[in-house]
Amino acid sequence: MTAVWDFLVTPFLDYAFMQRALVACLALSLGCGPVGVLLVLRRMSLVGDAMSHAVLPGAAVGFLVSGLSLWSMGLGGLIAGLAVALLAGAVTRVTALREDASFAAFYLIALAAGVLIVSTRGSNVDLMHVLFGTILAVDDAALLLMAGIATVTLIALALLYRPLVVECFDPGYLRMVGGVGAMVHFAFLMLVVLNLVGGFQALGTLMVVGLMMLPAAAAKFWSRSLWSLFAWAAGLALLSGYSGLLVSYHGSLPSGPSIVLTAGGFYLLSLIFGTHDSLRARYLPTAHFAH
Amino acid sequence: MRIPFRAGLLGLSLAVLSLPAGAAEKLQVVASITVLADIAKQVGGDNVEVRSLVGPNGDAHVYEPTPQDAQAVTKAGLVVVNGLELEGWMDRLVAASGSKATIVVATQGVPTRKMDEDGQEITDPHAWNSAANGAIYAANIAKALAAADPAHAAAYQANGAKYEAELKALDAWARSEVATIPQAKRKVITSHDAFGYLGAAYDIEFHAPVGFSTESEASAGDIAKLIDQIKQEHIKAVFIENATDPRLVQQVAKASGAEMGGELYAEALSTADGPASTYAKMFQYNISSLVAGMKQN
Repeated sequence: MTAVWDFLVTPFLDYAFMQRALVACLALSLGCGPVGVLLVLRRMSLVGDAMSHAVLPGAAVGFLVSGLSLWSMGLGGLIAGLAVALLAGAVTRVTALREDASFAAFYLIALAAGVLIVSTRGSNVDLMHVLFGTILAVDDAALLLMAGIATVTLIALALLYRPLVVECFDPGYLRMVGGVGAMVHFAFLMLVVLNLVGGFQALGTLMVVGLMMLPAAAAKFWSRSLWSLFAWAAGLALLSGYSGLLVSYHGSLPSGPSIVLTAGGFYLLSLIFGTHDSLRARYLPTAHFAH
Repeated sequence: MRIPFRAGLLGLSLAVLSLPAGAAEKLQVVASITVLADIAKQVGGDNVEVRSLVGPNGDAHVYEPTPQDAQAVTKAGLVVVNGLELEGWMDRLVAASGSKATIVVATQGVPTRKMDEDGQEITDPHAWNSAANGAIYAANIAKALAAADPAHAAAYQANGAKYEAELKALDAWARSEVATIPQAKRKVITSHDAFGYLGAAYDIEFHAPVGFSTESEASAGDIAKLIDQIKQEHIKAVFIENATDPRLVQQVAKASGAEMGGELYAEALSTADGPASTYAKMFQYNISSLVAGMKQN
């Protein structure tokens, strides 16, 4: 029993940085899990990845203006990310271009601008290292930022829950009844950017996008209703964070990839054993879960 | 009449002789990193124009050449590289630019050390962090400058010898400084494992949370081991390297009760207004900071 305890719990009792990393995972899971579910349901799964590049020019400008400051880089990233999200969203609403195409266009423009801004300053510091953190080096400011973002996200989702559900399953409906649909959509995109920007700085790109999308995709195999999809996604994200940290700790492996691979493992397990539309539910006729 | 005429003739011939030298452009030297650029500047003086490809505070491991860099290499009369596989991109850059410049490897004749990187033995390229090696760099560069620009060979040799002596004096100074610290207290943590030569030359033990290259990502297990190690061995001297993410080191220091000793300059000089604007200043700054930090141990 003590061996199991030593393996699963002691690392988090002994080291403050492990506790911080776990709390960071919790905050990330609560905010990113539900947002990821909505992205999956709206068929915008790759938007998170695109956004991770879109924030670069803003974060780079923030870095060049005031150095390694969480707030100025976050604000810059937020502005750049929002600009890309709003422009892409607006183009989608007023033209025939689909959302994924306009996102691709604007994030590539933003990415190129970011690389240009960085290189004109002549510094060859690896900006991915400077701009994006690692989960092992989360400080108080980063934790507060992430907890704040998770809180804002949950409150906003509670307020927007009804229109979001409607938008998810019938995007045309709200557009017909007035401008509310567009506002809800933009508010949602804002939440996406907020979560990504906060997470990038604290934890790094791979971590945030990974913990946003993989648990959300896995949750689809376990549930149908939006509410429980949120809960599944957040729970799986937290479990991935916890297990990934243990893998990184005991195996001396890089933490970001460990966590994301663990989430990937849960996704594959869900794909095979899940209760809804999983391989087992579909192809094993004896399974009672099959509809 | 005769004497003034001859004097005039002499003056004229001197003027003609010196014309090509005066009119010709200065010898263009391209160095891969700021440390090498500064050594070339010290030795070359006013006879050379030096450009460093990787800028101040830059990271040679992740450098990407620009067209201007290729152009500078094309025009260069001499290219100075560190060698020991520090600049993997340099050979390709020189080949692609079609430059006919001589390439001088500054680490020629430096006693190299091996280091363990993920189970593989590789040669540690950061040889300049020992001033004794710096003196060898200076001698190599002086020789190469003299060969590339024979008209000023004497000046290069003289400057080179002077600078070499200066670096050797710095080496002796560093030894006497470190000697004031008891052997058991000579332990330091930094975020970058680029001080192997410095540690070997002046008998200081360096520990790092991240591996040898700035590219590898840290693991939770390694960090935990490092925190334990700091606590067990009572290391208070923790330093941040100027080209990597300082947040990780700050976290380690906080978790283990060590104190932050400030920034060290491992791979690149600072900008002109910084504390390490030249190679000699960088070395002095690093040694002074390390000694001050180790006194806390």
